[in-house]
Amino acid sequence: MLMDIFLTFFKIGSFTIGGGYAMLPIIQKEVVDNKKWLGEEEFLDSIAVTNSLPGPLAINCATFVGYKTAGYAGAAAAALGAVLPSFLIILVIAVFFASFRENPIVERVFSGIRPAVVALIAYALFKLVKSMGVNPLNISFSIAVLLLILLFNFHPIVTIVICGALGFFLYRKEEKQ
Amino acid sequence: MTALLELFLVFLKIGAFSFGGGYAVLALIQKEVIENSGWISPKEFIDIVAIAEMTPGPIAVNSSTFVGYRVGAVAGSAIATLGVVLIPITISLIVSVYYNKFKHLKQVNRIIKGIRPAVLGLIAAACIKIAWASIVDIKGIIIALLTFYGVWKLKINPIIAILASGVLGVIFYGVI
Repeated sequence: MLMDIFLTFFKIGSFTIGGGYAMLPIIQKEVVDNKKWLGEEEFLDSIAVTNSLPGPLAINCATFVGYKTAGYAGAAAAALGAVLPSFLIILVIAVFFASFRENPIVERVFSGIRPAVVALIAYALFKLVKSMGVNPLNISFSIAVLLLILLFNFHPIVTIVICGALGFFLYRKEEKQ
Repeated sequence: MTALLELFLVFLKIGAFSFGGGYAVLALIQKEVIENSGWISPKEFIDIVAIAEMTPGPIAVNSSTFVGYRVGAVAGSAIATLGVVLIPITISLIVSVYYNKFKHLKQVNRIIKGIRPAVLGLIAAACIKIAWASIVDIKGIIIALLTFYGVWKLKINPIIAILASGVLGVIFYGVI
């Protein structure tokens, strides 16, 4: 059973490029449709909960599914399975990276790729803004964080803590009204 | 030994605050790994993000493995990766165990409601810093605009977009 959990998440971890949300349909197919470890609704609930926790969504989700399936050992097996493929692949790349990075053609390839990475991050941001649903309150949080980091060199963790605390107090008023 | 301990603690901290998945962690890594520790250069970091886009797995894991290797070879990469996932796994486990109680916690929801827009600000800041280091001329601006248009309007797969931009890099910056 534990081996099965480990191998299932190892497989999921090996084939999901792009991380995060790209992984969800694949996890769902394996865990809900093929293995029937979780019901559809329980799976969707687990996404809703783990999505709001710190850490990569795929690893949080693996931990949750592993625990629901086989307790603590299941959680450990699933998390290890989800982390190991990307760890091993990056390790191999890191070992050879220094040598091929100095190649002049590789340097030109990366000169082209770097601006593309900016565009991909900007596009992800654009999609997140659309899905959040902009209102005056939340967008002022976003802009304040941006300015605090860029202009006043705030630590990102400090801005997260401030916004979490502000959310806690501001939205309590909203609930009471 | 102290270097490995420092590596572990830095990534433990990054993991603990990596809300909002994927790109939000970039701002944390920029602060801790580039600006505070100086373990990698801004350009190297962008190359890691590019590689992370093309390989399986979360960006947080990919970059911790990579930076860990630079600082302390294989042991470093294992320690950094363990550091970045340890707190998320622990919290997920606690939530799984007490799942039914957590589901209805309004206080947690309010905190998350405040953090969610903050994450957008973090990603925007990371994006601007990365743009500053990686778009150095008009050719870079053209590649960035083409890529954005490609993934947005033409629905091109990000991996294909990265490979195509690599080809553009060779064309724009000369083959030899």
